[in-house]
Amino acid sequence: MIPADTRLLRVPRRVGDRSTRRVGFVLACGVVALAVVMAIGAPLLAPFDPLAVNLRLINAAPGTDGHLLGTDASGRDILSRLMHGAQTSLLGPLIAVLVASGLGIALGALAAWQGGWTDQVISRVIEFLFSFPGLLAAVFTVALFGPGFLAPAIGIAIAYAPAIARLTRTVILQERDKLYVKAELALGFRGIRVLTRSVMPNALPIVLSLSVLSFGYALIDLAALSYLGLGVQAPQPDWGVMLNESTSSMLQGAWWVMAAPAIVIILVVVSVNIIGEALLARRQEVLR
Amino acid sequence: MNGPLGVIRFIAGRLAAALLTVWATTFIVFSSLFLVPGDPLAVLLRGRRPTPELVERLREEYGLDDPFLVRYADWLSGLLRGDLGYSIQFQTDVGNLLAARLPITAWLVGYAAIIILVVGLAVGSWSALTRSPNVDRGILIATSALSAVPAFVAALVLLLVFSGVLGWFPAFGAGDDSFLSRLEHLTLPAVALSLTYLGLIARVTRSSLKQELTSDHVVVARSRGLGAAYVFRHHVLRNALNPILSYAGILVAGLLVTSQLVEFAFGVPGMGSLLVESVRSIDFAVVQIVTIVIVLAFVVTNTIVDLLAPLINPRLRGKGAR
Repeated sequence: MIPADTRLLRVPRRVGDRSTRRVGFVLACGVVALAVVMAIGAPLLAPFDPLAVNLRLINAAPGTDGHLLGTDASGRDILSRLMHGAQTSLLGPLIAVLVASGLGIALGALAAWQGGWTDQVISRVIEFLFSFPGLLAAVFTVALFGPGFLAPAIGIAIAYAPAIARLTRTVILQERDKLYVKAELALGFRGIRVLTRSVMPNALPIVLSLSVLSFGYALIDLAALSYLGLGVQAPQPDWGVMLNESTSSMLQGAWWVMAAPAIVIILVVVSVNIIGEALLARRQEVLR
Repeated sequence: MNGPLGVIRFIAGRLAAALLTVWATTFIVFSSLFLVPGDPLAVLLRGRRPTPELVERLREEYGLDDPFLVRYADWLSGLLRGDLGYSIQFQTDVGNLLAARLPITAWLVGYAAIIILVVGLAVGSWSALTRSPNVDRGILIATSALSAVPAFVAALVLLLVFSGVLGWFPAFGAGDDSFLSRLEHLTLPAVALSLTYLGLIARVTRSSLKQELTSDHVVVARSRGLGAAYVFRHHVLRNALNPILSYAGILVAGLLVTSQLVEFAFGVPGMGSLLVESVRSIDFAVVQIVTIVIVLAFVVTNTIVDLLAPLINPRLRGKGAR
């Protein structure tokens, strides 16, 4: 069965020749690095307090009074909110991807290495989980545990784990039939040692490229949840929360309040995608 | 494996798999409430004043005094009889809520699906058939760029431009029941909803057509002197349709889930905004049913596609009992 989440499918789309791809890759790494620096350095670098309300300066245009990107409907500095918002906006997807990768790799390796009915059961579970799109799983988790930062991330992780598990299983199944594995097993090395020391290092790079790609999707899904008011809660300056709060400014014509977080989200997601696609393309021949 | 027995076996197998998935979904959706550490009553009551009537109602509703399997069996048989539970937020049966909200979402998702299919197939075919590599590359870049825009960002941008600045479309609600009013209110939401999947369908169409266009039987047909248009209609399209069709299930599920965001942005009173409201007000009965409806839509569409595939592509017929 095809997963309900379309983005976890690989449809070939290679744009541009080798040199433009190389430039794109470098730019993408730059954007991601910048976002990480913003997140870590926010308390030092941000020009204003991200929560400081200034009712005399609401919806100020970019450049007014030292507010480089303007202010929002409560007169808070947008640039500072973007920088502080990078913390939750990047940490959420990071947790989701780490948990999803841990779960997925463990399940996939177990299924491929054990085979038999273990494989049967795990494969059925993976197939079943494919019928839950990421956002639905996250919303459901929030309904159980209440809105916040962690619950949606765990929900996303559970929804993304099956795709990673399936890829891990496929790759390890291919590796298992290779001569070096048979040789090591024949030499009497224990199975678990062969798996962790010899097979995993060959299988992991391609699986981790999928994890990188999942990071971008998780970022969108978690921002979407915060936008719906189900994730990080206002007045915390999360990017999704900022988009949610931009609606009232937009009605008064202050489009920049919406544009800033929207552009940042798209830039970071596209950059992560470019990096993930490049890493995956490098390992593509393994899959065929 | 062929013959009428094979066909029956194929159909029965698919239906059984679909039923199993739906059943497992109901089990997970129901039992998850009891997997949360602590008293399930506390989860259900969170943020509400626990009046004795409400506590009594919830105990009754979820059979909290019964053993787990009895609870589940009661709840499931209720579902099958059409008793979808009671919404403590809206103070009405979930069935009534769904009857009011589902048609609007179906309208929206159907509208978006039409846009996706018409534009996606057209753009994808254009990209595959064009002889200019620049047009092909341009389309590829454009569709990739569109897919990168999250639906809720697209919704906000459309709202700003076409409703705020230009004033062409209303910004809020779903209009009254008349067709034209619906069309006017749901056009922007449907476009916002379609953008992400448009790129996907266009790319799938492109790669599927390209693969067919260079296949041996098409080259032979062309070399026999058959016209390009004839070959495209009779030899290419039919084979290229299958990969595209296999995306129908994820399209339906994806659109239903994403419609939460779009409905929220445009204030459309559909099933998606119902889900968001219910999660916010911790109205678990509604969340359960909406989740099941979405998974059900996904499974049903996928099953229909699976059953249709052998009709379109005879080569799949022999593989009945896979």
